Amino acid sequence: MQLDQLYQEIILDHYKRPHGRGLRDADDPTDRVAEAHHVNPTCGDEVTVRVATDGVVLHDVSYDGMGCSISQASASVLHELLRGREAGEAFAVHEAFVELMSGRGQVTPDEDVLGDGVAFAGVARYPARVKCALLPWMAFKDAAARAGVGASPEVKA
Amino acid sequence: MSSLTIPAGMPQFDDVPRFDVAAVRADFPILDREVNGHPLVYLDSANTSHKPRQVLDVLAEHYARHNANVSRSVHTLGTEATEAYEGARAKIARFVNAPSVDEVVFTKNSTEAINLVAYAFSNASLRADADPRFRLGPGDEIVISEMEHHSNIVPWQLLAERTGATLRWFPVTDAGRLDESGLDDLVTERTKIVSLVHMSNILGTVNATARITARVREVGALLLLDCSQSVPHLPIDVVDLDADFVVFTGHKMCGPTGIGVLWGRGELLAAMPPVMGGGSMIETVTMARSTFAAPPARFEAGTPPIAEAVALGAAVDYLTGLDMRAIQWHEKELTAYALDALATVPGLRIFGPTVPVGRGGTISFALGDIHPHDVGQVLDSLGVQVRVGHHCAKPVCSRFGVPAMTRASFYLYTTTGEIDALVGGLEQVRKVFD
Ligand SMILES: Cc1ncc(COP(=O)(O)O)c(C=O)c1O
Repeated sequence: MQLDQLYQEIILDHYKRPHGRGLRDADDPTDRVAEAHHVNPTCGDEVTVRVATDGVVLHDVSYDGMGCSISQASASVLHELLRGREAGEAFAVHEAFVELMSGRGQVTPDEDVLGDGVAFAGVARYPARVKCALLPWMAFKDAAARAGVGASPEVKA
Repeated sequence: MSSLTIPAGMPQFDDVPRFDVAAVRADFPILDREVNGHPLVYLDSANTSHKPRQVLDVLAEHYARHNANVSRSVHTLGTEATEAYEGARAKIARFVNAPSVDEVVFTKNSTEAINLVAYAFSNASLRADADPRFRLGPGDEIVISEMEHHSNIVPWQLLAERTGATLRWFPVTDAGRLDESGLDDLVTERTKIVSLVHMSNILGTVNATARITARVREVGALLLLDCSQSVPHLPIDVVDLDADFVVFTGHKMCGPTGIGVLWGRGELLAAMPPVMGGGSMIETVTMARSTFAAPPARFEAGTPPIAEAVALGAAVDYLTGLDMRAIQWHEKELTAYALDALATVPGLRIFGPTVPVGRGGTISFALGDIHPHDVGQVLDSLGVQVRVGHHCAKPVCSRFGVPAMTRASFYLYTTTGEIDALVGGLEQVRKVFD
């Protein structure tokens, strides 16, 4: 059934048992810490993503928010995939996730790069839900930029 | 059926006009289609309604047979188009019992109609010789409510910013009713305009306006009623409502998109400065200045949505043919049925009145803490179309402490079977997320 493609077991798992939820202070007081708050104005979903980094490694990617299963599971997967990664690697993962979500279901995800993120392949077929999945990732990009790593801040959706 | 006897002389149950829902459904071609392999169950009429063949035919026929610009030509087609356009105005005037056809101004939708009034205030506020009822400045107040659609909030916020006036609002009670307890403090000699929703698009509440109207008259303010959700569903009589302005939007009442209505008291429209300038709204134009046509033309600059207006006329004919009282009654029965049926769903919480009194057939709810997006998605996979999100009424969501709600809304073609499909679908939602 179509619905199973969207609500993959992995997504429901992350939604019901989110990993690393809650905004955290940096363990290392010398880290730069910055956050970004993004909302999806059409549905009111909200997420705040916080990045703690020494400029090379993302020591922590923490988050909080409220929203649908897709946006909240996506935040959990984001945390899982990017925490502890080198900034360059993290942005490669980010790019792969954005590419997957923009692919209208035509992109075959690489599990080595995206881990549990591959479960979102089905979401890309639901244009109304792509924004939900991308919400934490866009907030992450902003937060990272504010912490001095990665691209310039995105204009908020 | 109960065997209760209504005393002779009282209105009897059978006095209520009725129609055959199956016959009505047969008029709406879209109701035949499937969605995701299931029959379409359309429960989003508060968002936009479907259109009967009678309206679609008139729309096509206008372009196929009578297309020409209005009020500008002496030729036959121009005359036919003008007659059809003005004929639609007359139908709409009759539909809401407007004392004069000239009180019906065509707009793009309700949003434009409200903005038109707000900008008339704005323009009047810039001119010392304008009618004082439309002049706003610091110390003056605009009153709205917490249950407004964004289109009856933002235009007034912007007007307050431009003029220095203050925006105030009625709160909403826990039961989803307008809280009128502070009426006398809220509506005072400082109030210039009160703009309220007649039926809430999110809570379903139908506001009783009599007390407010009396207070508005007492302090000499003006009253606008946003009837976007009431004109399609209840008999509306603008004289009876005793408002100064009434707005509604064609696409929610079996008409096409792109056409809406501002009704205003003739004397007030005549006192209002123009808002948009252009063709058709003038009396005479020189290079230095212009004088303006009388209403409604004064407020209809440029080529209007002609075919859409004509088709809205056909929509009004369609609704009148069924009898608005019959539509109201049909929806009242559906609402009572739906409130009972939804009460059986574990963990379901209704926002707004939970009795079918003083409310229409628009019901918003939460299903446990499952996000409305997820509720809507699972229902869609079963063909059930509901709206999820903040419904352009974010303050209402905040008032009830949720970021979003799921909303089912009914219309003349809705059946109890569709409500059963909704309730069955909600079971499915709980299975996926529990
Ligand atoms: C109560 C209410 N007011 C105003 C509007 C705005 O209508 P429109 O978008 O057609 O201008 C709507 C519809 O969405 C509504 O429900």
